[in-house]
Amino acid sequence: MTSSSTVGRPGFAWAVPAAVFFGLFALVPLLLVVVLSFTRWNGIGSPRFAGLENWDKLLDDPVMVNSLWLSLLLTVLGVVVQTPISILLGVWAAGHQRNRAVLSAIYFVPLLLSITAVSVLWRAVLDPNFGVPSQATWLFGDGNLLGVRAGAIGVLVFVSTWQFTPLHTLIYQGAARAVPRVLYQAAQIDGAGTVRQFFHITLPQLRNSIVTSMILMVVGGLTTFDTVLILTQGGPGTDTTNSAYYMYQKGFKSFDFGAASAIALLLVLVATLVSLVMVRLTGYDKMRSTMEGV
Amino acid sequence: MRARPNYLAGFGSLVWLFVVGLPLYVMLVATFQTRADYAGNGPLSFPERFTLDNYVNDLSEGFGQYFLNTVIVTVCVVGIVVVLVPPLAYAIVRNDGKATGRVFRMFLLGLAVPSQAVIVPVFYLIDQAGLYDSLIGIVLPTAAFSMPVSALILTGVMRDVSPELYEAMTLDGASPWRIFHQLVLPLSKSGLSTIVVFSSLQAWNGFLFPLVLTQSAENKVVTMGLYDFQTEHGVDIPALLAAVVLSMLPVLLVYLFARRALVQGLMGVGGK
Repeated sequence: MTSSSTVGRPGFAWAVPAAVFFGLFALVPLLLVVVLSFTRWNGIGSPRFAGLENWDKLLDDPVMVNSLWLSLLLTVLGVVVQTPISILLGVWAAGHQRNRAVLSAIYFVPLLLSITAVSVLWRAVLDPNFGVPSQATWLFGDGNLLGVRAGAIGVLVFVSTWQFTPLHTLIYQGAARAVPRVLYQAAQIDGAGTVRQFFHITLPQLRNSIVTSMILMVVGGLTTFDTVLILTQGGPGTDTTNSAYYMYQKGFKSFDFGAASAIALLLVLVATLVSLVMVRLTGYDKMRSTMEGV
Repeated sequence: MRARPNYLAGFGSLVWLFVVGLPLYVMLVATFQTRADYAGNGPLSFPERFTLDNYVNDLSEGFGQYFLNTVIVTVCVVGIVVVLVPPLAYAIVRNDGKATGRVFRMFLLGLAVPSQAVIVPVFYLIDQAGLYDSLIGIVLPTAAFSMPVSALILTGVMRDVSPELYEAMTLDGASPWRIFHQLVLPLSKSGLSTIVVFSSLQAWNGFLFPLVLTQSAENKVVTMGLYDFQTEHGVDIPALLAAVVLSMLPVLLVYLFARRALVQGLMGVGGK
């Protein structure tokens, strides 16, 4: 850098409007949610300080504890199902033939649709009386998938996979294109086949993307909400009441905003913790310099 | 690369095409038949008599209004993002000050904050501001939550503007403002179109903020209309699916024309 002067450089003021706007709707609320979690508030009037009351109640609440386990279960299942599919599709789509471009364009469609539209669509497709299960009894039995615990959880995982695999595919596609060709050429000279090349070159080279994609999946999985609201309403019983949905119920159905805030805070803490652990375990933080190619 | 075709991968990708395509097919054919035909022939059959009644009925049941509301929300969200984010990205890229660095880290942190985490306080703030059950009440938080990703995309693009160009303009005595609108903005066109596409998608598909922040029929957006429709007429599947198709039509049109901008933007989010 030749000039360290500030001549011709934008001042801090350029960043202020956006920072204030964003701070007001994202950071202030994040602080406020901490405060609200120690209050009693039914949505009318002002919140009143209640100490640890919400937290005490929540930790004794079996639905709350279950909802947290369920959130983790949905997240783990989501990661386990989506990761292999999107790596394989992404690596495949990184090739250059024409049909790949067309297919990738089609694969991308679910990502464009709102979660609402996707959930409504799948609910109609899986309707036990009028949907596909009524035609494919060999596969679905009597077909009320959403009426049993395992089926409902399976559908939630499947619908998220259906919608978000394109995003992760795209991440892997970009990363797979960036793998230096030389590595494959060298491997071919050494006589390594497609499968060995995939496991010894492609996968290790995708490491950064795997972590990025998994963190997105974890945060997304823990906060799954729209699909639960539309597809299962947390049921049967409370079998699919995950924390995000329980928070919504507590707040906007039972008007217990203090408890809702506590659940929200808990969710943020769990999501942050899981992400941090993943970053540490994978050594992602030490690889920073190689991935900040910008 | 490899000359030998990879049959296994080819097969897998066809399986996935089936998984993606089948529900879209079911949806489309269902919308063009009557409720009785759909129930009688099952979801996989092709319509015997082609009808557009489902679409017409949906539009007459309020979806026209929901469309208008969603367009208003989307335009306002995009407007706010496009006015506020480019100066921010410019400052982040060109200002070395500590304060700007902190602001950038704040936005990076914001990437990880799910909207559910703050929905109760946002509801509180919007309510206190007297904006509950108004379109502007949806616009403000939606725009705010589009900002981190937009900032990330745009700073990435602006960093690619070569330093020599900045130097040259600075030597000519150009002010930051002139550099911004004569150099930075023209060279960031691709990034700008990406954030336009991206934030309009966010606004168009938004669910949680409208769900929690609006109530009355005249302020319903498309996703809310869809949600209510499902609760009220869940059994009329052709009409319901026609509403789903209507809700996604504009997005698919945008996708046809702006696929490149959208895909690049999303790749940039995850790939870097």
